[in-house]
Amino acid sequence: MPFQYLDELAEGFLTTLSLTLLSAVGALVIGTVLAAMRVSPVPVLRAVGTTYVQLVRNTPLPVLAVLFALGLPVLGPSFGFFTWAVLALAVYTGAFVCEALRSGINAVGVGQGEAARAIGLGFGQTMRLVVLPQAFRTVVPPLGNVLIALTKNTAVAATISVADITLRSNALITSSADPLGVIGASALAYLVITLPLGLAVDRLEGRVAVVR
Amino acid sequence: MSAAVNAFGDPLGPRGRRRALVASVVSGLVVLVLLYLAYRRLSDRGQLDARRWEELLSGEGLEFLATGLVNTVRVAAVAIVTSLAVGTVVALGRLSRLAPVRWVATTYVQLFRALPSLLLIIFSFYGLNQLFIDQGSATRVSAEVAIVLGLTLYNSAVIAEVVRAGVRSLPRGQSEAASALGLRRGQAQRFVLLPQAFLRMLPALVSQAVTTLKDTAYGTVIGFDDLLRRGQLAGETTRSPLQGLVLAAVGYIVLCFVVSQVAAYLERRVTRRFGGRTQVTGVEDVTT
Repeated sequence: MPFQYLDELAEGFLTTLSLTLLSAVGALVIGTVLAAMRVSPVPVLRAVGTTYVQLVRNTPLPVLAVLFALGLPVLGPSFGFFTWAVLALAVYTGAFVCEALRSGINAVGVGQGEAARAIGLGFGQTMRLVVLPQAFRTVVPPLGNVLIALTKNTAVAATISVADITLRSNALITSSADPLGVIGASALAYLVITLPLGLAVDRLEGRVAVVR
Repeated sequence: MSAAVNAFGDPLGPRGRRRALVASVVSGLVVLVLLYLAYRRLSDRGQLDARRWEELLSGEGLEFLATGLVNTVRVAAVAIVTSLAVGTVVALGRLSRLAPVRWVATTYVQLFRALPSLLLIIFSFYGLNQLFIDQGSATRVSAEVAIVLGLTLYNSAVIAEVVRAGVRSLPRGQSEAASALGLRRGQAQRFVLLPQAFLRMLPALVSQAVTTLKDTAYGTVIGFDDLLRRGQLAGETTRSPLQGLVLAAVGYIVLCFVVSQVAAYLERRVTRRFGGRTQVTGVEDVTT
């Protein structure tokens, strides 16, 4: 029975949960700034945003985590592995948040922006009153999927020995000699986070959806 | 410098252009200052010293890393092929008329899509070997096989959803026409639906291949000799951990970038061919 391992996974579960929450906040901040840079009319900012997204999206997350935790300390900063894991996850997921937001902004019809301009709204007003409210609605499902993917991606912390669900399951497999039970338990532990998240996204989507 | 446009693609007016120019200059300066600070930090800590790079970039060092790169590519290639095969079978299961087959396929997809691929790799390695030991069997799963297995479990579940979405996206007329011609359901799927669906899904499938390629780096946890591990090892032996890892990262970035470009190219081709009315990319994990 997988349930007998839930106790032993509880601590790992809390670690995974805090990794998810902390890096989600970081990723949303980074992603929003990047998206603003990428849709801005300033070529330099656009180039910086594009370069960031291209570089980070094409780097495997474990490579980023190991590079951060074992490579960057030679430059001075010394954090715990948990902090490095949060940083790597936030930096990585930020690129995907940016793309989700940007596709939401691009999905708002060109006519909307033109109409706003035609009735005399400035750039800031157009963005604030017309484009962003509509973009927010289309962005809910992809953003939700990014957050669900982030929850699973927190497993990367196990590669730099942060004791999350994955690392604890790893230890339990050998100590309990019951691999199937352990995988069942850790599957449950991840589902406890991802399923409510998925449901919440569905509900939010239903509430803000616009019929176009 | 391309003509300055705002977020809606309108050309900017004279005041907007002036502001964009000022912002460009200011942000350009900020970027330069940041780059200079990074450079200063790197050189102050002696991280740019030639000796830190020489050994890694010597013939021997590069050969060591290249072997890791080859291992990464090999595992990724095998995992992509097996994921595609298993994913297609599971997708057909989800489209089956037999309810029990649908249930099994749905459970497979929901379970394995919800788990981190690292957990599946660890389970394929430690879990299976533990099972073999318990049963007194002499069979062992190698790290390479475990990575392929773990990645296949995860990616086939994702690909099954892509394939299913692809088949569903075809107009009803296709399967109706097939049955009007006297094709049985299986034949219609094989000769009419799947070939068209695969063409439409091609960009999504190639993006998923990039994900698979990136996820092979988790193999380093179970001791697989891939590019990440070799970068780490090379860095340790030459006492230049940052440089070793940076070189490994560059290898991955180049590799993934090339495959991503293929995906973008295919996307353009497919969109042109179907006049932009195909969107089979809306499956969640495809981009992450």
